[in-house]
Amino acid sequence: MDLALAMVVCGLGGVIGGLIGVGGGAVFVPAMTILLSKGQVEAEATSLLMIALVSIVGAWRQRSYGNVNARDAAMIGLLSPVGVLVGVVIANEVPERALRIGFAALALYMAWRLLRRAFGPEDPESGQPADPSGDDPPGAAGSPASGAAPPAGRESAGAGDPPPAARPTTP
Amino acid sequence: MIGTAAGTFSGLFGVGGGAVIVPMLIALLAYGERLATGTSLAAIVVIAIIAVALQGGAYGNVDIGTALILAVPAIFGIVAGTFIQQRIPERTVSLIFAILLIAVAAEMVLG
Repeated sequence: MDLALAMVVCGLGGVIGGLIGVGGGAVFVPAMTILLSKGQVEAEATSLLMIALVSIVGAWRQRSYGNVNARDAAMIGLLSPVGVLVGVVIANEVPERALRIGFAALALYMAWRLLRRAFGPEDPESGQPADPSGDDPPGAAGSPASGAAPPAGRESAGAGDPPPAARPTTP
Repeated sequence: MIGTAAGTFSGLFGVGGGAVIVPMLIALLAYGERLATGTSLAAIVVIAIIAVALQGGAYGNVDIGTALILAVPAIFGIVAGTFIQQRIPERTVSLIFAILLIAVAAEMVLG
């Protein structure tokens, strides 16, 4: 029964992952610790394998919709081993409570940025939510850090979006 | 920087890094929500595979059977999620993401 419930929860985690572009670990881990009584470390390690499987399918679907910048994705992915190593070392050295509070603080900051974007003014030129932070230099849509990043308005959305098949593909 | 930060949090918390990648792509590279989420998933493929190799290989903590059983509904879910995402306003994606981040923060502190 608990396994069936965990499967339902993980299915919902997959939906959330597809909606917002995460692997779903934030859902998978508690599903395993709470419903399947797995330890935190085993649940996190197991969720990583699930994330690998789920994200392959998710990336494949998003690519078919023209929503993947393969160059930036590869750059982020290939640079991550440095961070992964740092993270594993930190996880073994720093008290878990401190890690949790630190991550919570970062999550709240990101949430604040996204809420401002969700409810902020719309960029009149692109029709896309304008970044209200003021942190980015003018013309940041051209992406100072990556020549492969598209103009902000390229994938501008809204209820009147054309069907996926009609949208331009990622360069 | 995004890759390194995402990798660090992946190693720390067992999350794939999307919770870091998507907001950074939007805030730092001016990505739209859909492109940010799609690119994030593609990056997570690489990140998660590397993390599994590290965690599973070094510590032997991966429960492959459970992972495969739970991955099946999750894969159906992500296909549905990406499908739905193409049909809702991008602002809604930011809003959903913000709510999730707040929930994660609460779980981290209170859990």
